[in-house]
Amino acid sequence: MNWKAFGAMLARDAHVARRNIIQITFQTFLQPLLFVFIFGRVMVGSGYMPAVYKSILLPGIIAISMVFTGIWAVAMPLIAEFQWTREIEDRLLAPIDIAWIAIEKVVAGMIQAIVAGLVVLPLAWLVLGHGVDISIHAPMKFVAMILLVALFAASGGLALGCSMNQQHIGLMFSMVITPMIFFGCTYFPWSALQNFPILQKAVLINPLVYASEGLRAALVPQVPHLSTTAILLVLCFFNILLLVVGLRQFEKKAVS
Amino acid sequence: MAVGVRTENLRKVYNSAPPMAAAGGFIARSDAKDSKQPKQQIAALDGLSLEVRPGEIFGLLGPNGAGKSTTVGVLTTRVRATSGHAWVGDHEVWQEQAKVKRLIGVVPQRPNPDFSLTAREILIFHAAYFGIASKARNERADALLEKFKLTDRANQMVRGFSGGMMQRLSIARAMMHDPQVLFLDEPSAGLDPQTRILLWEIVREYNQLGKTILLTTHYMEEADSLCHRLAIVDNGRIIAVGTPGELKRSIPGGYLLRLQFGKPTAELLQRLQSLAGVREVRPLDTTGADVYADRGGSLIPEIAAVAVAAGAELRDVHISEPSLENLFLHHTGRSLRD
Repeated sequence: MNWKAFGAMLARDAHVARRNIIQITFQTFLQPLLFVFIFGRVMVGSGYMPAVYKSILLPGIIAISMVFTGIWAVAMPLIAEFQWTREIEDRLLAPIDIAWIAIEKVVAGMIQAIVAGLVVLPLAWLVLGHGVDISIHAPMKFVAMILLVALFAASGGLALGCSMNQQHIGLMFSMVITPMIFFGCTYFPWSALQNFPILQKAVLINPLVYASEGLRAALVPQVPHLSTTAILLVLCFFNILLLVVGLRQFEKKAVS
Repeated sequence: MAVGVRTENLRKVYNSAPPMAAAGGFIARSDAKDSKQPKQQIAALDGLSLEVRPGEIFGLLGPNGAGKSTTVGVLTTRVRATSGHAWVGDHEVWQEQAKVKRLIGVVPQRPNPDFSLTAREILIFHAAYFGIASKARNERADALLEKFKLTDRANQMVRGFSGGMMQRLSIARAMMHDPQVLFLDEPSAGLDPQTRILLWEIVREYNQLGKTILLTTHYMEEADSLCHRLAIVDNGRIIAVGTPGELKRSIPGGYLLRLQFGKPTAELLQRLQSLAGVREVRPLDTTGADVYADRGGSLIPEIAAVAVAAGAELRDVHISEPSLENLFLHHTGRSLRD
């Protein structure tokens, strides 16, 4: 394993992210904060939503920000770099095994997802105003959830980015990402679906459900949520699956 | 110590065209269409064996689609051979990829710079991937930018660069980590004549440092003037290997004399055919002829005499020496440009 090359590739990704910092900031934070403002502040303030909704919404918004950022950070550059120009070629020719180049992309995506989550948390808290009842009562649980969600986002980005062409990006968002967010228990807890028993079972195939519920378990344990053990196990399962698929697809794209 | 390159009986069959890594990313693939059509098998390499000696400039010459880029792809870890072996130095390419990648520098057919970086950053990060220390990589980047006349554009994003500038940057990047073997895939395609001469000088200079160079080309002029040895590739196989001189001497009747007469030549052609050393006579419009022969200038007096005897005047003569074009024609029955 060539750590120098791995580190240099991380440095390259950090350099490019710094260069695009303004674009990345708006892309990552604008939509979740608008959502938080309208649903958490305006709708709760005007009495359309109960006050507890603020605390329920916040973990979901963190999950969306992290997952969206992680997928975007890995998938978009990969789609672009494997297309036409084959910009990624200079890294494929670096003295390191090809799988590590994919893993570097995943690590870079994880870091971006974690930063996004940790920035959205205080920002959203600020936008929501008083009445948010969250606490990091179990730091280890919080860290484990953040790491697993970040890895899910980044390995999902790897699998998607290496399985799609440029012309399918729009389709990826409307067919994969949007339904995932709406059925991902981000804007409501899973327990709220009890009046829709079929839907409640069906959404369990959506990994984002476990990300949102996991962050709820870590931040607002007083709200009913899925069992923490189940969440950890399922997130691990999806992470391994996506990583294996992503690495295989990456090698397929990288070598003729 | 110079490092050689060797392949043994390489075969590469593509299940679906086109090969992306091999083509340097020129052609986009449309997976959706491929899956509906029956799988098309294309043999790009068909038992290709070659040996490039340490420290030589070796050329692969052949038409488009002959398998040159696929050979480079296999040798640079970018294409997995269906069967056969390839070595760079003592390292089996597929088995010891990271070690091989340390020894080689690759200039792709189409420039593929990292578009998120400036020209200088492209060189600096490339060196960083190879573990070169910060001070050394900065110095080397500046020296190469200077050498390739890119210093004034060093801190600009490469998106706005011309094709020639990107090509120069590609070569500079390939040299950043001082590789023992330099692969250049069609290096002078799309370069203006001036830059081409600069490129040749740089390749020769790099070779004089004891580095091995393998280049592919379909320009005879380039192969002829730059390469110590050449292999002619067609349909995924090597059909001839040798120095440019040896290869040219191997063609019978390698000379081409292009003649113009003042009068129609119908009767003259038969007389030309009977001259000693003439292999073939092909009429060119009504007043000219192409004569293929195994000698050149020494035929002129006889041709002039025959022309006078037939009542025609020899107006213009152009003699082509034995060329790789003629050689390719001789071996394959096709022109290099077909």
